[in-house]
Amino acid sequence: MKKYRTHLLVCAGTGCVSCNSFKIKEALEQEVQKRNLQNEVLVIATGCNGFCERGPILLVQPEGIFYQQLKVEDVPRLVEEHLLKGRPVKKLMYIPPSEKEPIPKMKDIEFFKHQRLIVLRNRGRIDPEKVEEYIAFDGYEAMAKALTKMTPEEIISEISASGLRGRGGAGFPTGKKWDVCRKEKKTPKYLICNGDEGDPGAFMDRSLLEADPHAVLEGMVIGAKAIGAEKGFIYIRHEYPLALQRMEIAILQAKEYGLLGKNILDTGFNFDIEVVQGAGAFVSGEETALIASVEGRIATPRQRPPYPAQKGYMGMPTVINNVETWGTVPNIIRRGAAWFAGLGTETSKGTKIFSLVGKINNTGLVEVPMGITLRDIVYGIGGGIPDGRKFKAVQIGGPSGGCLPSSKLDLPIDYESLTAAGSMMGSGGMIVMDEKTCMVDIAKYFLNFLRDESCGKCVSCREGTQRMWEIVKRITEGKGKQSDLALLEELATATMDASMCGLGQTAANPVLSTLRYFKREFEIHIKEKRCPAGVCLALIQYEVIPDRCTGCLACKTSCPQDAIRGTLKDVHLIDQEKCIKCGACYEACKFEAIETERDPAIRIVERAR
Amino acid sequence: MTGKKRTPKVKQKKLKIQDLAKIRDKARAIMTIRDGEGRGRVTVHMGTCGIAAGAREIMDALLDQLSKSRVKDMIVTTSGCAGFCRREPMATVELKGQPPVKYIDLTPAKIRKIVEKHVLGGHIVAEFALAIGSETIY
Repeated sequence: MKKYRTHLLVCAGTGCVSCNSFKIKEALEQEVQKRNLQNEVLVIATGCNGFCERGPILLVQPEGIFYQQLKVEDVPRLVEEHLLKGRPVKKLMYIPPSEKEPIPKMKDIEFFKHQRLIVLRNRGRIDPEKVEEYIAFDGYEAMAKALTKMTPEEIISEISASGLRGRGGAGFPTGKKWDVCRKEKKTPKYLICNGDEGDPGAFMDRSLLEADPHAVLEGMVIGAKAIGAEKGFIYIRHEYPLALQRMEIAILQAKEYGLLGKNILDTGFNFDIEVVQGAGAFVSGEETALIASVEGRIATPRQRPPYPAQKGYMGMPTVINNVETWGTVPNIIRRGAAWFAGLGTETSKGTKIFSLVGKINNTGLVEVPMGITLRDIVYGIGGGIPDGRKFKAVQIGGPSGGCLPSSKLDLPIDYESLTAAGSMMGSGGMIVMDEKTCMVDIAKYFLNFLRDESCGKCVSCREGTQRMWEIVKRITEGKGKQSDLALLEELATATMDASMCGLGQTAANPVLSTLRYFKREFEIHIKEKRCPAGVCLALIQYEVIPDRCTGCLACKTSCPQDAIRGTLKDVHLIDQEKCIKCGACYEACKFEAIETERDPAIRIVERAR
Repeated sequence: MTGKKRTPKVKQKKLKIQDLAKIRDKARAIMTIRDGEGRGRVTVHMGTCGIAAGAREIMDALLDQLSKSRVKDMIVTTSGCAGFCRREPMATVELKGQPPVKYIDLTPAKIRKIVEKHVLGGHIVAEFALAIGSETIY
């Protein structure tokens, strides 16, 4: 294998690709060629590094220098300075929001420093399209161990002893699920990888599939040996083209190398995997609905029990686990249950991947040990809230989860603590909200999502989500009644109790958790007819503050409705009849071009009624 | 909502258990560089003076000799002028746990010998060496 002095690892996760990282890679290759460095420097595309906020990202190894927000124009200088002259380019390095000096090394950056990578260990480190690189970093070692040195019972007891629980949301013990399936007499048995990630703002599964597809495959072969399956499916939604592409390449390579298919690694074990492309309905992520979809039927859930482990794909025993769960399995087999169980809390072991989005400085993907506090994630890794605003809530677990307020910031995160606080682990979406977020509006957003995505099989879910949405919508329009809150709670409980699948059973969470922690905000909407966060359009109005206005015309020019009157150097006036409350004037007012000065110039005032 | 199935085509090139270790061993060089940790490090001084004196050829010879000798756990890197421009090209060899050694007046043949004797054998090539240790930094 050829020796290079430097590897340039260009992030090619979906986030970075969407800000042109492939063009950066191309430019780097051209520039390296131009400078005649092609025998010294290798350019590689890797999976998502996690720090998506700062893409496109380039990591220079062995020095560990971290470059961010690169543009094609930056490339010639970077190559000349860093690779030719050996001077890392400070200007392209990451500067934390509150500091002046850049941090050159990836391992010193707050965002990366506190993470603990197990499942994502290969992110930003290997080329996901080259199986040799996966093998170089101990890939398929666990599979070889499971196939040659372990009995199915040993594999299951190792997984059970590790304390691994399903990473898809509910947290069912993985070893137990496998054991139930193993004990079923019917054959053939099947294995499914659930990659139907549908929570708004969640991208854990996508990133893992893109960054390290072989880890998922390896986990599945180990699972297949444990339960005695010869056939498996990976279900990925069609909105994930890069994940689909990389997984298909991975399967093809694994088959070429005899890591998948007939007689794996010459051990006599057979296991084949097929990719199934989903059409992207939220309910398809529910296991029985997903199985129906794999079978070629409409993705609607069915009553459980019997659980898929007893009666799954084609009525046969089937183990279905989430992408992240499968990706964790090889690590446990390779390094042992005790090592894995040494991380985390009493009931929740190991690490969890969260996608950190919303009003947060460091948007991205983080893997942290269970038991870490929300504060460590939001303020430590996440770097806090932008624009000096205050933290208001964090929504965890997608539409089925709930909003936790600042009083819960010191909560150590695990399956139980989140459920007790009225949220849930879910697949790991974490949406941070600041003081400019209206909690009633958030409840409305999630209810709208759920009412759209409810499959309609159970009346309680179909009607319940629709009615709850209507009531909350009415409140945001200033037409709420005091009795609405009690009605909402009643509807929420009924939806929860009477629905068959996880979607309906948790559909009330967005309402119940916001009511639990932000009831006052609902009451202000209902009684005082105002929206304290300034979000609900029917309850706000834009106005000019006369003594701040310089008459610069910026707002007037930006208004799409011609609703602003005024001439140069005169105080402007907003015509409330014409105003559509788009906020363009608010954005446009760059009075003295200072951010903090903008706010008072055109303010949002509450309707005085 | 219903799934569309895709089945890719397959060529044959089957691995056995022991092949995994072989691939891993062959790819060790990748791991060393990606993890940024090796048994040691060779720095080629590539300031303007170094490059003018032929540091690029030294780098090429160094990389070539390392891969020929199947050395997988050494990191090769560059740095600026070491301050002793008259004796360029220069390189510094640091093996873990040992003080760095600076070599001067290098030629491709000399650096190849340094790889063989010092990097592989652990013996300093005294005739090419300037000094052992680093400069004092205040």
